[in-house]
Amino acid sequence: MKPDSYISHLELGEKDETFLDSNELIINMGPQHPATHGVLRVILKLDGEKVLGTECVIGYLHRGVEKIAENRTYTMFNPYVDRMDYVAAVSNGLGYCEAVEKLLNVEAPPRAKYIRVILTELNRITSHQLWLGTHALDIGAITPLFYTFRDREEILKIFEKYCGARLTTHAFRIGGCQYETYEGFEQDVKKFLDFFKPKIDEYEELLTTNRIWVERTKGVGLISGKECIALGVTGPVLRASGVRWDIRKAQPYAAYSDFQFEIPIGQNGDTYDRYLVRMAEMRQSVRIIEQAVGGIPEGPIMAKVPKVLKPPVGEIYHSIEAPKGELGYFIVSDGSTQPYRLRVRPPSFVNLQALDMMVRGQLVADVIAVIGTLDIVLGEVDR
Amino acid sequence: MVGKLKGQFGSGISEASTYLGQNYFVVDRSLIPEFLQVLRDQEQFDYCVDITAVHYPKREKPFDVIWILYSFPRNERIRVKTLIADGETLPSSVPIWPTTNWLEREVYDMFGIRFEGHPDLKRILLPEGWKGHPLRKEYGIIQQDKEWVQINLGIESGQ
Amino acid sequence: MLDYITSYLRSNTTPGQAGNIFWAFVYIVLIFLGLSIAVIAMNWLERKILAHMQVRLGPMRVGPHGLLQPIADALKLLLKEDIMPAEADKAVFWAAPLMVVITAFTVFIVVPFGPTHAVTDMNIGILFMLGVSSLGVLGIVMAGWASNSHYPLIGALRSSAQMVSYEIAMGLAVVAAVLMTSLSGIGVYGIGGSGDGTGTLSMIGIVQAQQAQHVWFIFKFFPLGLIAFFIFAVAMVAETNRAPFDLPEAESELTAGFHTEYSGFRWSLFFLAEYSAMIAVSSIAVTLWLGGWMRPFPTWLSGETWDLIFSLFPAATFLLLALIAFLGTIRMPKHPYFRIQTLGLGGFAVLLGLIGLVLLIPDVRNRVQDIYWFSIKVAGFMYLYIWYRGTFPRYRFDQLMKMGWKVLLPMGIGVLILTALVGVL
Repeated sequence: MKPDSYISHLELGEKDETFLDSNELIINMGPQHPATHGVLRVILKLDGEKVLGTECVIGYLHRGVEKIAENRTYTMFNPYVDRMDYVAAVSNGLGYCEAVEKLLNVEAPPRAKYIRVILTELNRITSHQLWLGTHALDIGAITPLFYTFRDREEILKIFEKYCGARLTTHAFRIGGCQYETYEGFEQDVKKFLDFFKPKIDEYEELLTTNRIWVERTKGVGLISGKECIALGVTGPVLRASGVRWDIRKAQPYAAYSDFQFEIPIGQNGDTYDRYLVRMAEMRQSVRIIEQAVGGIPEGPIMAKVPKVLKPPVGEIYHSIEAPKGELGYFIVSDGSTQPYRLRVRPPSFVNLQALDMMVRGQLVADVIAVIGTLDIVLGEVDR
Repeated sequence: MVGKLKGQFGSGISEASTYLGQNYFVVDRSLIPEFLQVLRDQEQFDYCVDITAVHYPKREKPFDVIWILYSFPRNERIRVKTLIADGETLPSSVPIWPTTNWLEREVYDMFGIRFEGHPDLKRILLPEGWKGHPLRKEYGIIQQDKEWVQINLGIESGQ
Repeated sequence: MLDYITSYLRSNTTPGQAGNIFWAFVYIVLIFLGLSIAVIAMNWLERKILAHMQVRLGPMRVGPHGLLQPIADALKLLLKEDIMPAEADKAVFWAAPLMVVITAFTVFIVVPFGPTHAVTDMNIGILFMLGVSSLGVLGIVMAGWASNSHYPLIGALRSSAQMVSYEIAMGLAVVAAVLMTSLSGIGVYGIGGSGDGTGTLSMIGIVQAQQAQHVWFIFKFFPLGLIAFFIFAVAMVAETNRAPFDLPEAESELTAGFHTEYSGFRWSLFFLAEYSAMIAVSSIAVTLWLGGWMRPFPTWLSGETWDLIFSLFPAATFLLLALIAFLGTIRMPKHPYFRIQTLGLGGFAVLLGLIGLVLLIPDVRNRVQDIYWFSIKVAGFMYLYIWYRGTFPRYRFDQLMKMGWKVLLPMGIGVLILTALVGVL
């Protein structure tokens, strides 16, 4: 394996022959680099500090999740999805469970749906908190990281009390939830919301009007709504470019149609707008949880599903709005207990494609800012 | 829509139906770039969600290649499926949707289906020089390219 | 011989001026030790203060409240394997950290800790300081080049560009202060008595000018002194490569910038140089604008009583620290596991208390209080450095340049012209 084989398309650019004959610099950023959020390797072609082109080399964390799925039963595969986007494991689980439920043509009971919404939205908050902390750290503000991690801990405690795990929760089962809410779950969640609302203001106080933060993020990594759609970019990145599209509203799943909430959008499609959109999304998540936790209906938490799951022959695609964008599951069943083929449509993987377009012509420091703002998780990019 | 498309493409569309509320087309391989182009331009399917493939080793044409499309104006999803034989290539849809660049690379990486006209078709998740395409059914779950592992990682057992 | 040694004690100048090599050597050793201790203390304080700003505890394991953490770190660095990249330019790679450290320490020759407490007093003191401290960038460029690697190279390029741009603004601010030593001004700007028209570049002379004019230059020609001070305060952060101007070592972009390839002892030399450079530029700021070794309100609160009260401050500080350490000792858990720690902290309290008591002796306290006030002012700047680091994100390279050339430089020229005009009129 020659390393040169990776830089092929970067060589396409015409060399700028001046009398000074400026030499282009090829820099290998990653796979071990403090700001690539895991094992992303970006090959940068630089002219001084200016980025002439990039190429992402991914796959360092490839575990063959889709192959594993073909060799596990539907139930056995459920915990594996938590290991893809490990900072938003609950969302992964929700998407998978709903996709299999759709294939089985069953529906989770309303109580289970409400619990699912509460946990998923809490998980969206943790994901955004982690994004905010690391993004700010990349841009050089080290303090927000500790603030967000302090508050994230409170949510993880709720997860731990509910299902025993903090990160890779495996909270849901096909057909509903395995666990009934514990004694005092509602109070815990309400207490957290009261605790958390002023904290969002605290984060914003640190950054939103901070001059250096604004200078570092405004106009950086521009992407228009049209380009987002062409590149398949979804989630907060798409919304910050002014496209009001959220699967929770467009094609509601779980119990989202029962709740009032808004889709925050930005106008400029730059890093600052993406920051504002995610901050607003945290507030909307709080709003959804507030409505949900007050009205959890009584009833069973599991639908009637057989012990051994044998979905009828057929194909299904189901997607949800994960914190990072559209997370889809395409499942082909051959009538046996194992999926014949399971394809995950990971939002991080597709969003990462936009990196090259967003940083071309900008500076090295902007590459870091854009990697942060795309909010990728390498576990999901590589699967 | 189905009627209009059937009128346009005739017998190339071998199936257009709905399963569990999800619509899909099965079209002939020869229709591929034009059909997708029409879907994007005339039917406003402006967002290609995903491209993937399924391997049925016992079939005559062992690969299903599936495009999952979404239309923002219509808020509608659709799947387009085509059947191809092993070794057969498909025209790339990167000119239609730039997002398919990496998706097609992944299909190539996992199934060995080549896309003609793709700007930079090479492996994406597996390292360059790896032998085999893991999501094919004959590829075992614990199978690895022992030679590659021995050369590049220096692990004697190759596992 | 003995006479040679004791004769200096009766003189009223710095050892350099008195031509007494023995005492000059003693001063150099004292400054070197003091500086090393200050860097070690700064290391601990930075981690601790930053930690408390970020709702965490910081080092807590090595010694009570992590007091011995810097020593453990230093040991670790000294014992680490010394790695030199195979492709590096060996000689330059070896020389670069030395270059940085030597320049960072050399500037302290002219830093006036008191009217006689400097190794020497040069008549071009401030120029010497600026000149030598800007040589440090050479070491950084050497480090970046010799590493023969991309990240250090970019870090070194950034560093040199940054230092060159900010040196100019810094120099203009310094010239404004030097002008103030000779100018008196009229009207509302007449506050602060008269300048005699003979300016000075000597560090001690600048403080003496502030003493004679009864004003700290930060308040002179209000707001000109303040603006010049502000320019210097920004430029000095950029000069020392600290947040928010820490681009040469921006860990999220360039892993560690110019010292990416350095490890162990060589790396610790860079660390030492960075912190002593911080102390050095803070010393310049204190000397030029904040009255150097002068105690607060020397004219307003004058008289024997006030002199006595202010001269008791150093002793009071040490006794207070001793009290805190003593209370800490009492509050240590009574478990046998903590016995050594308790003893250590108790010993530390006793040591601090003893220093405090020694400082009560009239002869000592009169000689030492200058150093105390100087150090307190410098410590204030050190705290600001930590505070910046906890608060600000990092500037981007083009924004940094824009700020240096388009904001600070015109401001510096403006302040310089106005100072001259106001002073002459």
